[in-house]
Amino acid sequence: MPADKGTDAIVRISDVIKEFGALRVLDGVGFDVALGQTVAIVGRSGSGKSTLLRCIAGLETIQGGRIEVCGHEVGRPGSAARAQLRRDVGMVFQSYNLFPHLTVERNITLALTLVKKQSRDAARQQAAEVLRLVGLTDKIDSYPEQLSGGQQQRVAIARSLALSPQVMLFDEVTSALDPELTAEVLAVMEDLARRGMTMITVTHEMAFARRVADLVVFMHKGKVWEIGPAAELLAKPRTPEFTQFVSSEL
Amino acid sequence: MIQLNSNHLLYLVTAAQWTVLLSLIAFAGGALVGLPIALMRVSKVAALRLVASAYIQLIQGTPLLIVLFLSYFGLGIMGYKLAPLVAAGVALTLYAAAFLGEIWRGCIEAVPRTQWEASDCLGLNRFQQYAYVVLPQAMRIAIPPTVGFMVQIVKNTSLASVIGFVELARAGQIVNNSTFEPFVIFVVVGAIYFVLCYPLSLAARALERKTNAGR
Amino acid sequence: MSYQFDFSFLAERWPDFVAGAWLTIQLTVLSIGLGFLVGTVCALVRVYGGAAPRRLVGFYVEMIRNTPLLVQIFIVYFGLSSIGLKLSAETAAVIALAVNMGAYTTEIMRAGIQSIQRTQLEAADCLGLTRLQAIVHVVLLPAMERVYPALSSQFVLLMLASSITSQISAEELTAVANNVQSDTYRSFEVYIVVAVVYLGLSVLYRFGFWAIGLVLFARKRRLGTAL
Repeated sequence: MPADKGTDAIVRISDVIKEFGALRVLDGVGFDVALGQTVAIVGRSGSGKSTLLRCIAGLETIQGGRIEVCGHEVGRPGSAARAQLRRDVGMVFQSYNLFPHLTVERNITLALTLVKKQSRDAARQQAAEVLRLVGLTDKIDSYPEQLSGGQQQRVAIARSLALSPQVMLFDEVTSALDPELTAEVLAVMEDLARRGMTMITVTHEMAFARRVADLVVFMHKGKVWEIGPAAELLAKPRTPEFTQFVSSEL
Repeated sequence: MIQLNSNHLLYLVTAAQWTVLLSLIAFAGGALVGLPIALMRVSKVAALRLVASAYIQLIQGTPLLIVLFLSYFGLGIMGYKLAPLVAAGVALTLYAAAFLGEIWRGCIEAVPRTQWEASDCLGLNRFQQYAYVVLPQAMRIAIPPTVGFMVQIVKNTSLASVIGFVELARAGQIVNNSTFEPFVIFVVVGAIYFVLCYPLSLAARALERKTNAGR
Repeated sequence: MSYQFDFSFLAERWPDFVAGAWLTIQLTVLSIGLGFLVGTVCALVRVYGGAAPRRLVGFYVEMIRNTPLLVQIFIVYFGLSSIGLKLSAETAAVIALAVNMGAYTTEIMRAGIQSIQRTQLEAADCLGLTRLQAIVHVVLLPAMERVYPALSSQFVLLMLASSITSQISAEELTAVANNVQSDTYRSFEVYIVVAVVYLGLSVLYRFGFWAIGLVLFARKRRLGTAL
């Protein structure tokens, strides 16, 4: 069972507007995420779901509305101490984005030594610990190119975890992977959810959403089209758009 | 002291014509010698590959200035009392041939292996394969880097000044000896070189973009 | 051909050649180091900088790459001294070579930096690295690894080009040769000797840069594959 799922919102999103030039990608998006919750954001490509995640991660600036993570504001130029946000939010990308010239261990310890100013030894210990969590202890001295896609993605997750974030963001982390490799990554994520990590994940894996997510957000045309508890929402879609989406994904 | 005047400028521009002529000689000579070098580098005969490769290593491992001196004094002791233009032409030819040979080898190797195999299956002999299939394709790849290398040739003709050939750089020194305004004069000389080289650089870049876009 | 080769000048003058080669090494190591630094900073400006600094770097690169090193050396040595900045021949040589090296390094490193995907910077950002930390740890080293072959051949070319500084009588290897040949009239032999020394130096430099590459690029050392 998830540890302490309180009602305190750890992420608050309200009326977010994001434009690329004349194109409005997010049009008044809003919902809250409670501590310990797992949220699955689903929708077709172009629905704005990945952009929303990047806004929460502070990778994009927003033109309207408000995003609050762990009590500080994100997404406005000069808003929130960036360093603090980075401490609270971990991000995992579709393309892993491991550093190819560094070993698995150094990929993980880089930020620990540079940002958290840990000693090399303490960082190494931490790396060993998170690698155990994702089941890759034996790959500690490998380079990314020596790993399968699934293993690389698990290292990327470990790299984020090592910084002990409050919230983890996952941006279509299995989209580039074969089915069997997808399973090993999803298993790691499911394990994290069980341990009570607050997670927001953009995903195509409806089965995963149904099984693991507490909250499902269906995005369409830059808006939150439907939102609700996973089991309920997926069983009984209210809008024709979501009905069609659910049936096409199954 | 004499002020820099329009006569000096005219003198520099006249000398620049010698720079251009020497560049053309070097390029023509370099191409003439460089193509066989490139073909030897990709030859099936190991000895030919070795000779060409040794030649390239030798020239690319020696300063052009030293090659110039060797050409100048070497031709001299062989009994040829030659004009500096010939000595400079020979040295620059040797230099350009090594670099063009190496550039063109890369271009020949960039033609996909399947082209060799396809033309082989059609019964073309080695010469026909080169003449009708491989070299025409390699040539298109070779144009941008070759134009780019012409910039190096133009700039390096300035070294001919050290064996007394009066091209642009030497003319600059001569003018400076009467006016003693080295800053102005060498900036002007540099500007003339720039006018000669920059269009070539731009052309090389444009051609490269076109080649890349065509793939 | 009845020419008699005579290398007897070597017996007496070999220390001069050694001294010349040593100065060539000093001049070129210094200017390669400085030029690499200048070029790397310029390359970063060229990729990440604002419009005006980018244009300025572009101007510098085109200026240098489209004019002869010989003229650049004359401008630095004779030119600067005529407007009141007196430099020793060696200082002028290092400045001119470094400025020249910097322009070529800029172009080479720019290609390397551009080959590093933006997402690498985003990942570093998400891990909390500052921009500077990201550039040093995530961009520069792999960028350098990608273009290292081009970079090291440019370094060797610069070493060879340093012979041109003999024209402002920096007493490096070529200048020594000029002196010895004017004393002994054995011009051809003298330049053959010097050519051999330069060949040796280029082999030495190539080996040196290869070794430095091994030290710098741990991944390549272990896997042997190109990044």
